Amino acid sequence: MTWLDTLRNTNRSRFAELGFPKTGQEAWRFTNLGALAGTPFQPAPPAFAKVAIETLPSVTPSHRLVFVNGFFCANVSASDILPEGVIAGGLAATLNQHPALIEAHLGKLAHDTNHAPQALNTAHIADGAVLYVPKGVRVARPIELVWIGTGANEPLSWHPRLLVVLEPGSEATLIEHHLSLDDGAATFANGVSELAVGAHARLHHYKVQRERNSAFHLSTVAGRLEQGAYYEGFLLTLGAKLSRNEIKLVLAGPGAEAKLSGAYLVRGQQLCDTTTLIDHATAHGSSQQLFKGVIDGAAQGVFQGKILVRPDAQKTNAHQLSRALLLSDDARIDAKPELEIHADDVKCSHGATTGDLDDDAMFYLRARGIDQDSARSLLIDAYVNEVIAEITFEPVREAFEALASAWRYAG
Amino acid sequence: MLEIVNLHASVGDRPILKGIDLSIKAGDVHAIMGPNGSGKSTLSYILAGRDGYTVTDGSVTYNGEDLLALPPERRAATGVFLAFQYPVEIPGVSNSTFLKTALNAVRRQRGESELDAIQFLKLARAKCKQLGMTDEMLKRAVNVGFSGGEKKRNDILQMALLDPKLTILDETDSGLDIDALRIVADGVNSLRGPNRAMLVITHYQRLLSYIVPDYVHVLAFGRIQRSGGKELALELEARGYAEFGVNEAA
Ligand SMILES: Nc1ncnc2c1ncn2[C@@H]1O[C@H](COP(=O)(O)OP(=O)(O)OP(=O)(O)O)[C@@H](O)[C@H]1O
Ligand SMILES: [Mg+2]
Repeated sequence: MTWLDTLRNTNRSRFAELGFPKTGQEAWRFTNLGALAGTPFQPAPPAFAKVAIETLPSVTPSHRLVFVNGFFCANVSASDILPEGVIAGGLAATLNQHPALIEAHLGKLAHDTNHAPQALNTAHIADGAVLYVPKGVRVARPIELVWIGTGANEPLSWHPRLLVVLEPGSEATLIEHHLSLDDGAATFANGVSELAVGAHARLHHYKVQRERNSAFHLSTVAGRLEQGAYYEGFLLTLGAKLSRNEIKLVLAGPGAEAKLSGAYLVRGQQLCDTTTLIDHATAHGSSQQLFKGVIDGAAQGVFQGKILVRPDAQKTNAHQLSRALLLSDDARIDAKPELEIHADDVKCSHGATTGDLDDDAMFYLRARGIDQDSARSLLIDAYVNEVIAEITFEPVREAFEALASAWRYAG
Repeated sequence: MLEIVNLHASVGDRPILKGIDLSIKAGDVHAIMGPNGSGKSTLSYILAGRDGYTVTDGSVTYNGEDLLALPPERRAATGVFLAFQYPVEIPGVSNSTFLKTALNAVRRQRGESELDAIQFLKLARAKCKQLGMTDEMLKRAVNVGFSGGEKKRNDILQMALLDPKLTILDETDSGLDIDALRIVADGVNSLRGPNRAMLVITHYQRLLSYIVPDYVHVLAFGRIQRSGGKELALELEARGYAEFGVNEAA
């Protein structure tokens, strides 16, 4: 397909010019990609999962698509009966079946020519996932994407693309699991997601990333919400040596609403970067962000959150809070909340807090017979569960609580 | 049961307790009264094992064991219970999770079998009822949004569940309405017995007419200035602490 070749080629040369971001660039000040750039990654060949389907994570009966190193594996996927017109499948296959649909949407939201990881992804577009929901259709059961990384000896990279198009008045729930099958050499998953949420459509989007300790995980999300659209996003980060979730949401239509939250629990030498931009382009929009980190060992959290309120975005309601719990002296958080407001009739707030476990609460628990480790666990769970409670879809909420709770025992 | 000998303690560089001697036998109820800032809560925290207090001299022996050498959770397991002057709020932890975790932790340390969710709930509901608390308070986060009196009752609920040998009540009566005071006092009195002891810290005689003490002590300036029987409380109520050199206007 010539349009796709052109897209790839343009981005290939763009990435060649840009190279990997350096800490000298403001947007990458706290996240050093030196180790990533210095690893000789090879593009992962199409692979097949040697996994039993029942061992794959699933929070609930769902339409489940499984990917190995970015390639769709139909043999281990599970289909649910989907409402008529809904497309939920691998990108390469969908490109063959519905080329016009893909051409109409691919690269339309993620087109920032100065964004190196995004250019790199686009240069390598081969496979990924597509979710298309026609006008007014509500997909009751969730669609699950299981992204498996594997590779034992040589460092492999892949660049999966996710395209979500919700036509006006439609609704869907998307769950993403990112995990590693095994231990081994460094891996580099460089995903880009484009989310087009039509007028009054509703997208629930939950992601957990628990890749192995040698993994690099970059994810760039570009979303656009039309009039009255609703987006609920949650990011649970437990894995990878270095991860960055970069999310840009444009509230393009009046009255759009975005709820974006997340929890990250990191230890050892892990780094978890959350970078968000909520772009309020029109009036009566609302956005709410809450991110909570639990940082142990010599791990590092990075939070860069920007709220942009454009001149036309009167009556905007935008709130953002980053909180971090530092469990050790070497743990650190770099937080940079930012407001840029060009309208006068708006309600906006932002903030960042850092703390350690509450001594009074620790003593209260211990004075009731609970040992120090258990008391810490209770308080950490409570801290994390407060933000997990933002998830409105109960099976995911419970699954994520359990995953976060298990993190404490994995140390 | 409890022997406090020449106890000196500081917060930072500041001496707060300056030689406390107190002996509590099994079966006895002792009351401590004294002006604000005299060191009553400090004493109770030191007995419960809170960090931040340095014992500079003296000893505390509990059933023959050096109490000060034990971490707080061990003290709780061996039967020491402190009802806090200011019970702590713990957002995100439900009261029932907290109570069940505490009860099973204590039971485990005492070599007793743990309760499962159903057994626990049955027990907790029964105790709640006795204390005039609703089941709904088990579902809420520990003390979060509780009124002052509800927090105190919640502490007494913990006491009732953990079945302590030595109960220390630090101003449990403050913030309680008259009915609640009676309910709480009944709860405390039901734990009186020949194998148990109590240390009741209060500012008011009223509590002591419900929980009648065997001994009353006056703590001022970090020391026990005077000890007597229950009538001492009445005398203090009438005359204040002036005779101990405390300036009442201050
Ligand atoms: N953490 C602390 N830091 C500094 N000073 C402290 C600390 N804890 C206690 N103190 C001081 O020690 C003294 C005794 O305090 P304590 O709370 O034991 O008094 P109290 O007798 O319980 O008073 P009240 O009747 O008001 O409850 C006070 O002067 C108090 O300010
Ligand atoms: Mg006090």
